[in-house]
Amino acid sequence: MGEVQGQGYIGQALGSADVLAVSYFHAMRYRPGDPDWEGRDRFLLSIGHYAIALYAAMIEAGILPEDEIETYGMDDSRLPMSGMAAYTPGMEITGGSLGHGLGIAVGMALGLKRKKNDAFVYNMLSDGELGEGSTWEAVMGAAAWKLDNLIAIVDFNNQQADGPTMDALATGPGTEAAKWQAFGWHAEEVDGNDIAAVVAAFDRARNLTDPKPRAIICNTKMCKGVPFLEEREITHFVRVEPEEWAKALAHLDTEMPE
Amino acid sequence: MTIGPNSRRTPAHIARPKPAERGARTSAMIASLDAEGRDTIAAPFGHALVDLAKTRSDIVGLTADLGKYTDLHIFAQAYPDRFYQMGMAEALLMSAAAGMAREGFTPFATTYAVFASRRAYDFIVMAIAEENLPVKIVCALPGLTTGYGPSHQATEDLAIMRGMPNMTVLDPCDAVETDQATRAIADYPGPVYMRLLRGKVPNVLGEYGYQFELGKAKEIRPGNDVLFISSGFMTMRCLDAAAALEKDGVSCAVLHSPTIKPLDEATICAEAAKGGRLVVTAENHSITGGLGEAVAGALARNQVHVPFRQVALPDEFLDAGALPSLHDQYGLSVASITTRVKGWLND
Repeated sequence: MGEVQGQGYIGQALGSADVLAVSYFHAMRYRPGDPDWEGRDRFLLSIGHYAIALYAAMIEAGILPEDEIETYGMDDSRLPMSGMAAYTPGMEITGGSLGHGLGIAVGMALGLKRKKNDAFVYNMLSDGELGEGSTWEAVMGAAAWKLDNLIAIVDFNNQQADGPTMDALATGPGTEAAKWQAFGWHAEEVDGNDIAAVVAAFDRARNLTDPKPRAIICNTKMCKGVPFLEEREITHFVRVEPEEWAKALAHLDTEMPE
Repeated sequence: MTIGPNSRRTPAHIARPKPAERGARTSAMIASLDAEGRDTIAAPFGHALVDLAKTRSDIVGLTADLGKYTDLHIFAQAYPDRFYQMGMAEALLMSAAAGMAREGFTPFATTYAVFASRRAYDFIVMAIAEENLPVKIVCALPGLTTGYGPSHQATEDLAIMRGMPNMTVLDPCDAVETDQATRAIADYPGPVYMRLLRGKVPNVLGEYGYQFELGKAKEIRPGNDVLFISSGFMTMRCLDAAAALEKDGVSCAVLHSPTIKPLDEATICAEAAKGGRLVVTAENHSITGGLGEAVAGALARNQVHVPFRQVALPDEFLDAGALPSLHDQYGLSVASITTRVKGWLND
């Protein structure tokens, strides 16, 4: 998909791919052919610009047809550059304006409880969104309403548009979980590129019995899996030259066989 | 140009007449709209919502620490398990309402008009309006309905909400209409912003046999010299101004247009096009971007060329003070409307 455009939020997509893989192929309940199935777990991508990664996950999951990959970001495509609910089956919310997802997740979690529906609401948000005050309104609201059906997944890659997140407002790895805990959540930090660790964290989050919302802070590496991209200094928005795509794909195929 | 303190205000060192010498009044922050001797009905929105909830299990109420001040406490008392206190967190209020709407509920989210329109704008746009979700945003203290000054005066809320695609915008007149409109928007499948008159709300339209219809402007009173086109409580002010002007031989029609968006252009243009009348819009809102400019745009687009004037608040941050004084000062009082209409007719 990124190759079609030649550029994009590829760093975030590669960095969060492991977490999305665990979400869609280990943790979540859904029916590929019925994205509106009432019993599904809801996955809210507030970081709309990570859509490229979610499309890939949903294609693998069979929610989206594989041949639509080529339309990514094009006119009349169902796969716009930033994730929007009205465009894409399986996309629960319109993200992109950051700091929205967790608040909507609170409302959906409340709604599911009203309906006595035992589905989980997952909200994947970014470290940059921890700077948005609205995120903390939602953090407080979720704790106040004891939303044990809500799981926040923070993709902590330490990159936002102007540079490292830790140079802005976020406190960073090692301290972030304590902040959420202080707000009344179960929270833990994991290496978001260690599949086994992520699987274990998701299992704990789903199986806790305390009436508290759950947060998994996933420390990830931008452009994970493609060394020559990982080394780049500016990875918020990556331009990849045509000849580099082949190199990247070759490396991914070697490192991660079927 | 000099840079310094806001010169609009009287400097503190300049002596001003004592308040009593100026005939100054005071009014409580949460006073109901001055009913001037009319009958009132208590908390029409809250009671209508309770009534609706009896048969509609999808209705839930949310607020951001202003349940008591938006009459939602009536609903909260009747249906405590369907009431969601979101705390002093307007972004969460709107986002959570959107989330509940996504799960099939019909949320009524209440706060003050300033906090919805100014603070929560992006959350209303992206979570509610862009998704066309049936969230009903019901907001107290619209326009100039408090003397607390600009922190609480939403003089531009209609302009802000009109600019938002998908949003239906309502400015009801009185208790009768607040009750009827609450029931109508519960049935409407999209997002609605409704201005709220709360507390003891005047009962005006009942005597006219009025029935609210979403998107419709209705003639409340016929007349030959002036056509008032008004919304909100300014319709009752126009009715009173029309009665006063009648004594001076000026015949005024009042066309009430509670739906600001989508505006009932057909009725408004047809009434204006009858000709021979001064068209005067009247609204509890800034002259910028509210009912008056909506009507002016409709008339211009439809080639209806008529004499046209606006009764509206100035494009300024307003003073604090007692509400009746402020309504005199800024031209929303019956006396002010009457005087200005006579002047315009003699222009």
